Amino acid sequence: MDELVRLLQLAINGTAAGCIYGLVALGFVLIYKATEMVNFAQGELMMLGAFFAYTFIGMWGLNYWAGFALAIAATAAFGYALDAVVLRRVIGQPQFAVVMLTLGLAFIFRAVAGAVWGYDSVGFLTPFTNKVADFGGGVILGQDNVSIIVGTVILCAVLYVFFSRTPLGIAMQASSQNQLAAYYMGIPVRTVFSLIWAISAGVSAVAAVLLVPVSMIDVNMGILGFKAFAAAVLGGFGSIPGALVGGIIVGITEQFAGRFLPAGSMELTSNIVLLGVLIVWPQGLFGQVIRKRV
Amino acid sequence: MRAMFRTSYAQDLLLARSPAAWGWYGLLMLVLLAIPHVLGEFYVGEMAGVFVFAIAGVGLMLLIGYTGLVSLGHAAFLGIGAYTNAILLTKGVPFIFSLPAAGLLTALFGVLIGIPTLRMSGLYLAIATLAFGSIVGIVLEKWHGLTGGFDGLAVPTPAIFGYVIEGRTGVYYLSLAILVAVLLVAMNILRSPLGRAMVAIRDSEISAQSMGIHLAFYKTVAFAISAGITGLAGAAYGHYTNYLAPDGFGILLSIQLVTIVFIGGLGSLHGAIFGAIFISMLPQAIALSRDSLPFGIGRLPGLEPSLFGIILVLVIMFEPAGINGRWLKAKRWFGEFPLHRRAAFRRQKSYAKSERLR
Amino acid sequence: MSQDDSYFAARDLSMRFGGIRAVEGVTFDVRKGEVFSIIGPNGAGKTTIFNMISRIYTPSGGSLHFAGQDITRIAPHRIAGLGIARTFQNIELFSHATLLQNLLIGRHAHSHVPILSQLAFLPSVRQAEIDHRRKAEEVIEFLGLQRYRDQLIANLPYGVRKVVELGRALCIEPKLLLLDEPSSGLNVEETEEMGFWIQDIQKDLGITIIMVEHDMKLVSAVSNRVLALNQGRILSMGTSAQVQSDPEVIRAYIGGAPEPAKEAAE
Repeated sequence: MDELVRLLQLAINGTAAGCIYGLVALGFVLIYKATEMVNFAQGELMMLGAFFAYTFIGMWGLNYWAGFALAIAATAAFGYALDAVVLRRVIGQPQFAVVMLTLGLAFIFRAVAGAVWGYDSVGFLTPFTNKVADFGGGVILGQDNVSIIVGTVILCAVLYVFFSRTPLGIAMQASSQNQLAAYYMGIPVRTVFSLIWAISAGVSAVAAVLLVPVSMIDVNMGILGFKAFAAAVLGGFGSIPGALVGGIIVGITEQFAGRFLPAGSMELTSNIVLLGVLIVWPQGLFGQVIRKRV
Repeated sequence: MRAMFRTSYAQDLLLARSPAAWGWYGLLMLVLLAIPHVLGEFYVGEMAGVFVFAIAGVGLMLLIGYTGLVSLGHAAFLGIGAYTNAILLTKGVPFIFSLPAAGLLTALFGVLIGIPTLRMSGLYLAIATLAFGSIVGIVLEKWHGLTGGFDGLAVPTPAIFGYVIEGRTGVYYLSLAILVAVLLVAMNILRSPLGRAMVAIRDSEISAQSMGIHLAFYKTVAFAISAGITGLAGAAYGHYTNYLAPDGFGILLSIQLVTIVFIGGLGSLHGAIFGAIFISMLPQAIALSRDSLPFGIGRLPGLEPSLFGIILVLVIMFEPAGINGRWLKAKRWFGEFPLHRRAAFRRQKSYAKSERLR
Repeated sequence: MSQDDSYFAARDLSMRFGGIRAVEGVTFDVRKGEVFSIIGPNGAGKTTIFNMISRIYTPSGGSLHFAGQDITRIAPHRIAGLGIARTFQNIELFSHATLLQNLLIGRHAHSHVPILSQLAFLPSVRQAEIDHRRKAEEVIEFLGLQRYRDQLIANLPYGVRKVVELGRALCIEPKLLLLDEPSSGLNVEETEEMGFWIQDIQKDLGITIIMVEHDMKLVSAVSNRVLALNQGRILSMGTSAQVQSDPEVIRAYIGGAPEPAKEAAE
C-alpha cells in the first residue's frame, strides 16, 4: 500500500512537471504551426515571465492573482513586440537561421535578466506553497503540484474555446493553415502572427507562475525549454494536445527514471526520450506525414 | 572587374583560379609561418585558438553550409576527439597514431548518429543532434573513470618522431598544419562528385535522388567527414587547453561552433575561417574594452554571452550571408568603383517559404 | 511482342493514396525511339505515373518494365543509372549552384571514383572531372546555354531554368527521358522552341521520350502516340489525331463526365 501511494505520488509529481513542459511545448507548437519558426528562446520567455511575476508579487507586494495577471500581460506584450520588431523581419530566411536567431535571443534575454534581477535564485510565496491537499485513503498531495495540474487544465480549456469559438482564434487557425488564403480573406496575417507570439509568451508566463511553488526562479531556468522540446517532438511538433501529452510522458518518465535508475539518468531521460522518438517514430504521437508534391 | 579567360577545362579544377590568387595564398602562408618569430607568446596562443576553431568550423561548414544538414551537437564530436587523443596519449600511444585515431573514431560516431537521423530533415535533425550533444556532454561529465571526474584530464605533450610539440608555438604550428590539411581535403571534396552530391542534397533531395544520388549514403558520408574533422579539431583543442574539463563540451560550445558557420557565412570555406576569427577574438575584445566602457557596462557578468547573442541576431537580420557576404560585397564595390550600382548591394524582398515539405 | 515494341512497359499499374485511386489498372507500352505523350485533365494521374517510374512512389499494384528489366521495386537512386532521366513540373533545380554545377550533378550516375580518392583529388578524379566537363559542355552547346554557364540558377529567368532542367536530364545520357509538362510556364515562342528541342532529342540523340503535357499544339507537333487519362484510367490511346477526336476524350475535357478525382493525387 505504502509503495503504491509512493508510486502515485511519483506519478503526480511527474504529471505536474510534465504539465509545465507541456505548457512550454505548447508555446513552441503555437508559434511553429503558425509561422514555421522554432523558438529556441521559449524557455527564456518562461524565465522572463517568472521574473515579471517576481517583480509584481515578490518585490511590489501585489496580490498573487493580480500579479499573476499582470505577469501574463507583460510577457504577452513582450512576445508581441519581439515578433513585431525582430522575427517579422526574418520571414523567408531558412528555418535554421531562425533557430540560430532565437538561440541568440536566448543569450540576450539571459544576460538582460541577470543584469536586471541578478544571478541569485529568488522566489515568492503563493497560495499553494507548502500546503497539502488530503484526498483521503492516505493520499496526501502537495497543493503546489495539484495547482499546476488544475491550472494547466483550465488554461487548456480557455485556449480550446478561444481557438474554436472566437473569430480571432479562428482567424489564427486559418493563418496557420494557409497564410496566403488567409491574407486574401482579409485577415491581417502579420498582426495575427504577432498575436500568436503574444499568446505563446503568455502561456509560458502561466507555466512560469505555476512553477514557482515547486522551483526557484533564476536566470538559467530557461534550460527547461529543452525538456519541453522533447515533449513537443513526442507529441508530433504540430499538435497542441500532443504537446501536453508529450510533456506529461516526459515528466513521468523522468520521475521514474530518477527513482529506479542509476544516478544521472534523470538528466539524460528527456534527451534519450527525444532521440529515441525521433529515430523510431519521427512523426511523433500525433504528427501527420505530409509529402512534397513534385 | 577583371575578366578571367579560360583555355582548358582543367583550369577550372585548380584550387586557386589565377596566379594572383596563388600569390596571395602563398604570402598569407609565409606570414602565418613567420608569426611565432615576430609576435609574443600571448598572440601566438590566441592565433592557435583561431586555428582550432577554424578546423571545427570547416568540418561543420561541410555539413551545414554544403550538405544542408544541421547539427547542434558538434561539441560532442569535439569532445570525443579530444578525449580519444588525450587518453591514447596517456596510454603511451604515439601522437602520429592517436591524432588520426581521434579523427577516425569521431567519424565513426558521426556515422552512428548519422544513420538513424537520415530520415529527419531540417528542424528534427537539429533537435536530434541537440539531444545527442547533451547526452554525450552529460556522459562525459558523469563518467569519472574515463574523464578523470571533476579534476579533469591533463593532456600529455605530444611528440612526432622524437620532436616534442611544446608550448604555444608548438600548438600553433600543429593546429596550422591540421587546418591546412583539412582545408585541402575540403576543397578537394568541393570540386569532386562528392561535393556536388552534397550541394544537390542541400538544394533538392527529390531531384538529387533522381540524378542517381544515394541520399542515405551521401548524408552518412557527410556526417562522418564533418564529425571526423571536428574530432581532429578536438585533438588540437586538447593540446591548446592542455587540460580537459569534463563539463566543457556542452550545448554552449555546440552553439558557438554553429555560430562560427553562421556569422562567417553559409556555403563558403572562407566563411568558416572568418567566423572562427570572430568567435575567438570576441572574448579578447571584451576583455580589452572592459575598463574603457562607460557606466560599468564592461563589468556586467553576462556581457560576453549577450554580445554574442546580439551579434548573432544582427547578422541574421541584416547580413544573412555573414562576414563572407560582406567581404564579397566590399570586394565588388572596390572592384567597380566608382561605377557601382546601388541595387547590386540591396537585398531582394523575401517571402515565407514552407520547409515543411522537403 | 519484340523488344523494340515494348521498350518501356507499364502493366496494370495502380496507385492508391488512402481511399483515393489516383491511378488504376493502367497498361501501356512505349516503343524505342518514339515520343509518347500522356494527356488528361488535372488530377488524371499523369504525374503520379511519372513519380512511380522514378520510384518516388511505390505502385500499389502492377509492374513497370524497362529494357527487359522489372524496375517496379528498384531503389530510387538507381533509376538514373539505368538510363531514365526526368524533369519536374515545377522545376527542381539546385538553385544555389551554378548552371554548370547543375549539369555536372546530372553526371553523377556516371561517376564511379571512390570517395577516398576524391578526398585526395587523385589524377584519376581529375581526368574523370575533365571528361564530365566535356560532356556537360556538349549539352550546353546543344541547348545554347553558353552565356549562362557560370550563373547561379536562382538568378536565371524561368524559361532558361526550364531548359537547364532539360539539359541536366540530358547529362545523365538517358535512354528514356520523362518530361513533366515541359511547356508549363513558358510563353508561345519558348514553347515552340521546346518543341524543336524535343524533336532534336528524339531524332539526333535517339532518346525515347515520355511526356506529360497540356499544350495540345505541342503534343500534336512532337508525339508519335498519345495516351489520354481521366481519373486514373485510360480513356484512349493512339495517334494524336485519333485521341483528340475520340468522343470519350472530348467529353472528359469539355464536361459531361463526372467531376475529376480529387487533386491530392497529382
